[in-house]
Amino acid sequence: MPFEWFLALRYLRDARGQTTLILGGVAVGVSVIVFLSALIGGLQTSLIDKTLGSQPHITLSVPREAPRPLVAATASLAIARRTEETAQRLRSIDQWPTVVETVEGRSGVIAVSPSIVGAGFTVRSGARRPVVIRGVDPERFLAIIDLRVRMTDGRFDLDGNYVAIGAKLAANLGASIGDKLRLSSSEGVDDVVTVGGIFQLGNDGVDGTWLLTSLRHAQSLFNLAGGATTIELKVADVFAAQRIAAEIQADTGVQADSWMTINAELLSGLSAQSSSKTMIQFFVILAVALGIASVLIVSVVQKSREIGILRAVGTPRGRIMRIFLIQGGLLGLGGSILGSAFGIALAKLFESLARDPDGAPKFPVQITGSLLVFASALATGVGLLAATIPARRAAALDPATAIRNG
Amino acid sequence: MADASPVLVVEHVVKEYGDVARTRALGGVDLTVGHGELMALVGPSGSGKSTLLNIIGLLDRPTSGTVTIAGTQTTGLGERELTDVRASKLGFVFQFHHLLPAFTAVENVMIPAWGHEGWPSASMKTDAEETLRAVGLGDRMYYRATNLSGGQQQRVAIARALVRRPPLVLADEPTGNLDTASSTDVLQLMRRFNRDFGTTFIIVTHDSRIADSCDRIVELVDGLVTSDRRK
Ligand SMILES: Nc1ncnc2c1ncn2[C@@H]1O[C@H](COP(=O)(O)OP(=O)(O)OP(=O)(O)O)[C@@H](O)[C@H]1O
Ligand SMILES: [Mg+2]
Repeated sequence: MPFEWFLALRYLRDARGQTTLILGGVAVGVSVIVFLSALIGGLQTSLIDKTLGSQPHITLSVPREAPRPLVAATASLAIARRTEETAQRLRSIDQWPTVVETVEGRSGVIAVSPSIVGAGFTVRSGARRPVVIRGVDPERFLAIIDLRVRMTDGRFDLDGNYVAIGAKLAANLGASIGDKLRLSSSEGVDDVVTVGGIFQLGNDGVDGTWLLTSLRHAQSLFNLAGGATTIELKVADVFAAQRIAAEIQADTGVQADSWMTINAELLSGLSAQSSSKTMIQFFVILAVALGIASVLIVSVVQKSREIGILRAVGTPRGRIMRIFLIQGGLLGLGGSILGSAFGIALAKLFESLARDPDGAPKFPVQITGSLLVFASALATGVGLLAATIPARRAAALDPATAIRNG
Repeated sequence: MADASPVLVVEHVVKEYGDVARTRALGGVDLTVGHGELMALVGPSGSGKSTLLNIIGLLDRPTSGTVTIAGTQTTGLGERELTDVRASKLGFVFQFHHLLPAFTAVENVMIPAWGHEGWPSASMKTDAEETLRAVGLGDRMYYRATNLSGGQQQRVAIARALVRRPPLVLADEPTGNLDTASSTDVLQLMRRFNRDFGTTFIIVTHDSRIADSCDRIVELVDGLVTSDRRK
């Protein structure tokens, strides 16, 4: 075994009490990092999954009609004015089949679904409920939101005058499979439809208002023969949605909104969470570093006469330095292995304690190999870094003084 | 047994301590020591014996003057080169043995070679064992340093200084901490190595009995050589 390793291990073994304490300290620090990362990572992933489960990644629509002022201010004319939002009419996207074709060819886009989204009412035996009528091409729509796995009753079938409605809406209307509903659109078109399927996406807004029908049926309900009011997209990398949306908007001129804009609040919440996590990690790491450094500094002071002797009998400075660097690295590595195990145990325990009624964990944790590698590499690196101060101090000891004064 | 060229040449060595109030520990020392000499360095407390020994041992640098060890002029050498000279040409024995307490006797004796080379080798081990046998500790080789008596520890320290057969061994009060019997043992050991391997010893001592049994006695007073007697 190389001399520096032999000495480093001996020193760690001989200072058993100190070694155990500092290993425990590092382990606690690393377990906090692992636990926190696993918990926050899991929470964020499940939040994003939930959000995107009932939402397209990008929605293309007709640009809003902006109110146009009647008079404009000029260099010499200042005006006080009050503008009112114009009432938004339901309009079809110009040349939407061409737009669908262009975005389908884009890299990163994995599904495209043209649809009509409009408002209306359903009436069943006196109960009258507002609904969001969505006319879709079933194949294409399922590629965006896979409703088949979310059906609580019936089938996802939009042929003829069959529709699929949200579970909460069904409950509010007291409707079940095969029941007929009277439907009237905001354009004043009335029709009778049959409930063919009931779905639950776990989002009250969706489950309480959505009514899915075929694109063709929606076109007639809203007097938009051959039209589509929105085009919904799914992309491969959900965090690229913002960028892709901006590119599509620049290319096609249609309004493109990504889930990231629509859920800006959620995202800023997540990023605040991430930065507080980073801050906690930073301080934990700092504490770990200070702990390792101080233990090793004490060790250098205690062993300064020995170090002087080693130097006197021909041990080079670099080797003395490495004896302490190795100790720092080993303390970091050892502590991080213990800490990772402890952190995983803690996260699993936490996950198993808090469960939803259906048995799914309330706080799903996300422990990845890369998290453990990251935590171990970080702790080892910090151990090495923390050891540089004592290691330099040991190497710089003047042997004559060290031997005389001990 | 002495070679023609000296093993140590000290020329006009001055050592001053402190920046503001300067203490002159050595006031210009000249000393030449040949191969195979057994020399005692004596003098009152504070006369500069340890200072001179540290400078000869390349543990400290002189304020001015030069030290040449086995033909190597050491002024201007870098830290790494000084370490190499210490490892190959010099052995040290201190008043307090200064063994590494957590190590066995054999490991302690292996340290000069192991610490210098980095990796241990079979010959390092056999050399260490052989030297321990030579100092009469063949049956204590795997004892931890702390489990040996003071005299035994000092013999391990001597084995450590001699294991690489350096031409020059520096001993600063090697018996200062031992009883009369152990002191005699230690001196006899040094004598034997001096005779068998031609090792040169410079022994700082307050013990006139030890000094008298050396071949040469150099006396230092106030940082200057005041007498140099050979028998
Ligand atoms: N590191 C130092 N800093 C300042 N002064 C020192 C230092 N080392 C030695 N001295 C001074 O140098 C002088 C010589 O000291 P040295 O230790 O060489 O004496 P010595 O002959 O070995 O004495 P002793 O027999 O007591 O060991 C003393 O006056 C001492 O105070
Ligand atoms: Mg002294």
